[in-house]
Amino acid sequence: MTALIRNRRTGKIRVRKTQSSNLYMRGVLLVLAAITVYTLVTIDTKGADIAAASAKTAEYFWLMLTQPKAVPSHFGIQDGGGIGTFFSALHMLGITLALAFLTTLFGGIVALFLGVFAAGNLTNKKVSNGIKSFLAVVRAVPTVLWVLIFAIGAGLGSVAAVIGMSFHTISHLVKAYSESFEEIDEGVIEALRASGANWFQIVFQAVIPSSVSYILSWTFIRFEINFAVAVAMGAAAGAGGIGFQLFMAAGYFFDIREIGFITYLILAVSLIMEYLATRLKEKYHIHNGA
Amino acid sequence: MNSLLTNSEGAGTYLKSKRIRLFLFFVGLFAAAALSMAATNYHIEDSFTAIPKVIVWMARNLVPDGKSLTRLPKILDKLFETVLMSVAASVSAAALSFPVALAGSATSCKQRWLMYSARGVASFFRNIPIVAWAMIFLLTFGQSPFTGYVALFFASFGFLARAFIEAIDETAAAPVEALRAAGGSYGHIIFQGVLPSVLPQMVSWVLYMIETNIRSAALVGLLTGSGIGFTFSIYYKSLQYQSASLVVITIVAVVLVIEAVSNKLRRLIL
Repeated sequence: MTALIRNRRTGKIRVRKTQSSNLYMRGVLLVLAAITVYTLVTIDTKGADIAAASAKTAEYFWLMLTQPKAVPSHFGIQDGGGIGTFFSALHMLGITLALAFLTTLFGGIVALFLGVFAAGNLTNKKVSNGIKSFLAVVRAVPTVLWVLIFAIGAGLGSVAAVIGMSFHTISHLVKAYSESFEEIDEGVIEALRASGANWFQIVFQAVIPSSVSYILSWTFIRFEINFAVAVAMGAAAGAGGIGFQLFMAAGYFFDIREIGFITYLILAVSLIMEYLATRLKEKYHIHNGA
Repeated sequence: MNSLLTNSEGAGTYLKSKRIRLFLFFVGLFAAAALSMAATNYHIEDSFTAIPKVIVWMARNLVPDGKSLTRLPKILDKLFETVLMSVAASVSAAALSFPVALAGSATSCKQRWLMYSARGVASFFRNIPIVAWAMIFLLTFGQSPFTGYVALFFASFGFLARAFIEAIDETAAAPVEALRAAGGSYGHIIFQGVLPSVLPQMVSWVLYMIETNIRSAALVGLLTGSGIGFTFSIYYKSLQYQSASLVVITIVAVVLVIEAVSNKLRRLIL
């Protein structure tokens, strides 16, 4: 923050960044606060008793966290077997991870290709802007709607889920990849061009190799996000895996303790991935700024 | 990934080991992909046939017709409700996230146990799947827009708390240090040091959260029967794809407008 020190006519010293940005910010805050208050006052609760429901939620939440327990038959295990249930749950977790992996892999391949054409220093402005605005529209459609749209053509299942989840993955990764391509020193590209390297050589021998570590870190960060997305798609769009099991536990069996069990499993995986992603971000100074 | 080239190694062996590693990397990737496809029953040829099929289908069916246009006012009404819900969830979650972030940042909090527990809370809430929130609140609050709001609120809270912690860590260190050296009280440090320096970034994150929440509202709405997600699912399940497509188009329009507005605001603020 560079502070501008200016003398006012009164002799007071003004130590502030440009005043207009402050004014805009106050305006934004005021408008957002007003909308929030208006919404909370007028929101339709369909006659629910907020206090009683909140108490009930706290009770459920406590039950979920302190007494997680799975019912074997919900996991397709017939007789007894706590271990069998656990492995069945791990298998479902594996399916969700596999969906996230396939999405990240396919999305990453397409994004690598598009990312080269979206990087301003490798193509002309028209192509780069064209790709970027196309992807902005793609990103505006919520993932769950993409999956459901593809489910009409491909049927509910892994194909629709992976294709549907790929759209946001591609959009996110094209942005990340192309930005890392754009950071490459213009001199390097110029030198290669001067020594007679063609466009393909520049891209495949200089640009992509030198941003490999960024590409891999961003891809992993997206994998972390896709795991959460795959859980949600299992619940809302029939993609299967642990998300579907969570949906069944809550929506059909009404079993709070089983929700707890499944939530703990999901939490364990996502906390491990969050830890790894944070390490990568620190190592390569990546900021996922808004 | 950075391979160190020691002096004893020649360039030839370096290239060779690099190639072997690249080869192994692709073998691993391929094996993981094959395993994932087997586990999820994914047939790659289906995806190649599905994409053109869906594009043709979309061009034919996902076009609003006259009947769906008569439903436009109803759809817009639900969409408006969803936007309000997303804004309210983002802003109120931000209000709760700020004190947690103050406790969780190494810059503004000197008690290590408090810092780690605040970070733990943020991480915990961030990683509980939004589906779990939505389903629990559906059980306790019933099917209403308020349920959607509460689910979005909790999902936003963890995300924003973590983002704010990072923002405070990155930008507030210098002013806080200066105030501390000058003998400022805790109140001075928070309200004269931390808040002014991170407020622009925090507002930027809230704007981002609003965009995200409108998209998440579609998911939460499908699960809890509220807002625009529910509207879509009614048309989708009753095979009225023309009306469903109108819902998608209006969502795209609103998200693009909000994105453009918040980008503009971000430029003015930051």
